[in-house]
Amino acid sequence: MQRPSSRSLAQAAPLVVAVAVFALLPRLVDEASLPRLVEVGIFFIAIIGLNILTGYSGQISLGHGAFMGIGAYTTAVLATRYDVPDAWTIPVAGALAGLVGFLFGFPALRLHGVYLALATFGLAVAFVSLVQSTKLEGLTGGGGGLQVGLPQTPYYLTWGIALGAFLLGWLLLRGKLGRALRAIRDAPVAAVSSGINLAAYKTLAFGLAAAYAGVAGSLLALLIGFVNPYSFPVSLSITLLVGTALGGFGSLSGSIFGALFVVYAPLYAEDISKEAPAVMYGLILLGLLFLLPGGATQLGPRLASLLSLLKVRTKRLYSRPS
Amino acid sequence: MDWSELAQQTIAGLANGGVYATLALALVLIHRATGVINFAQGEMGMFATYIAWSLIFTHGLTYWLAFFLTLLIAFLGGVGIYGVVIRPLQRGGQLTVVVATIALLVLLDGLAGWIWSPEVRAFTSPFPNDLVIVGGVVVSWQDLGTIGVSLACVALVLAFFRLTRMGLHMRAAALRPGTSRLLGIHVDLMLATGWGLAAALAAVAGMMAAPILPLEPSFMLTVLVYAFAAAVLGGIDSPVGAVVGSYALGVGISLLSTYVDFITDAPELELPVALGVLLLVLVVRPAGLFGRPVTRRV
Repeated sequence: MQRPSSRSLAQAAPLVVAVAVFALLPRLVDEASLPRLVEVGIFFIAIIGLNILTGYSGQISLGHGAFMGIGAYTTAVLATRYDVPDAWTIPVAGALAGLVGFLFGFPALRLHGVYLALATFGLAVAFVSLVQSTKLEGLTGGGGGLQVGLPQTPYYLTWGIALGAFLLGWLLLRGKLGRALRAIRDAPVAAVSSGINLAAYKTLAFGLAAAYAGVAGSLLALLIGFVNPYSFPVSLSITLLVGTALGGFGSLSGSIFGALFVVYAPLYAEDISKEAPAVMYGLILLGLLFLLPGGATQLGPRLASLLSLLKVRTKRLYSRPS
Repeated sequence: MDWSELAQQTIAGLANGGVYATLALALVLIHRATGVINFAQGEMGMFATYIAWSLIFTHGLTYWLAFFLTLLIAFLGGVGIYGVVIRPLQRGGQLTVVVATIALLVLLDGLAGWIWSPEVRAFTSPFPNDLVIVGGVVVSWQDLGTIGVSLACVALVLAFFRLTRMGLHMRAAALRPGTSRLLGIHVDLMLATGWGLAAALAAVAGMMAAPILPLEPSFMLTVLVYAFAAAVLGGIDSPVGAVVGSYALGVGISLLSTYVDFITDAPELELPVALGVLLLVLVVRPAGLFGRPVTRRV
């Protein structure tokens, strides 16, 4: 048994602080803002998943909202038609979405870049059309959707799962899987020649990312209390990609910033300007991209370099002969 | 099978395909110049169409004067977007630029709704609202005009790239920026021109689509999806591929929704079925119909 080094303890410190903050938050904020915080947790889980796929294995997905939808509909169907207790539907939702994602990973193997972007985008479009199609109305409730139950605020459940999802992702990615995925992203041919099974890892990444999204979707269904085709529009998939980019591709902890952005930025945009919230949202997003083109993970180094720049300036100022 | 109906549906499909082709060509231009899919391409066309609407209905310009003025404004707007947003963000990597185009999409959408209100506007067409019978086939002038304008645009752009010195410089700047710079080509200027041209093409697509689809802030989104699909089907770096892909997609969808009962029953399945077919094509030919697969060196 290896003793934890002081370095890994230092790495764990922010996590402990974050866990403490999120454990105490419900006591600090008023009841009305709790659903928002649950939403942040849900997006955190989904964005970690997308980060595993896009940030680590380098496969872009414009259809991740569809996996969230699959998870949400699984929960809705199980809870309403088979009377399964809510919490038990979550692992099933994750497993089913993961399976679909894994299977989708096979045709995706042949595609790269924009071609994969289109294929996944097609998935998002197809999902919306399929669930509202009259042909599947018996299962999905068509355009009207399904009533899951009363809206809940599963705060501790969501953040507990989020913590587990984060730790699982961290454990998986720091080891063999993470190394293999990064190798596939950065140098696919070299990775294959070093004996990495490209197909296995790429489809695994798709399945894992989809499972995360499925769990997130399942929690979303519990939070809002119903599912319908319009809860999972194509724009949801794009929102997830935006959140991942702002958190920083390839940074699991940055995902929290992405999640905070996608939940709170639209609200702030509406606060700033009632007439044109979309304009404000677009401007905020562009502004963040200009400030931190590599995502929130750049915040630390950026601040550090800014500070050192200031120090040099002040030093010069003081050392100037008068 | 009724042959005149077949011909009629084919021509309607070609008209839609023409709209897709102009926008798909814009997407290919941007992808060659900047290496990304410009998600704001459709909204750039939408915004230009609103400008044209203002010129015609508020300022009382004639259609064709407004048309060409809009192209000029769109061109300058495209150059501006490249200079102000895209070029500074390029050092952040391709995915950053992709997200920036998504931000532009939201921004332009909101801006149009704010300036011109989100309600649906009627847009005029330069072509008579009549039908003409050619060899027993009923065709609308609208469709014929759309096909004509799109073909003219496509031919002009392709000729510009193949035949002019500047077109050659632009192709060189997009393909090998480093070498081109050494040879004295102003790479930035060329890429900015590419963005300008793409914006003008999107404006044409918008103005051709607006009389058929009602003009509202998000009316180009579906067109963008089809144009994106067509460009990818043809091979994203091939202008000819994008044009052929667009016409094929337009005709294919038109025929699918007429002759396949499954889809005639449930029109909401039209787009998923089209994308499913496309996915199959891509699995067989991962670089599109006209794309050359990239060979990688280890």
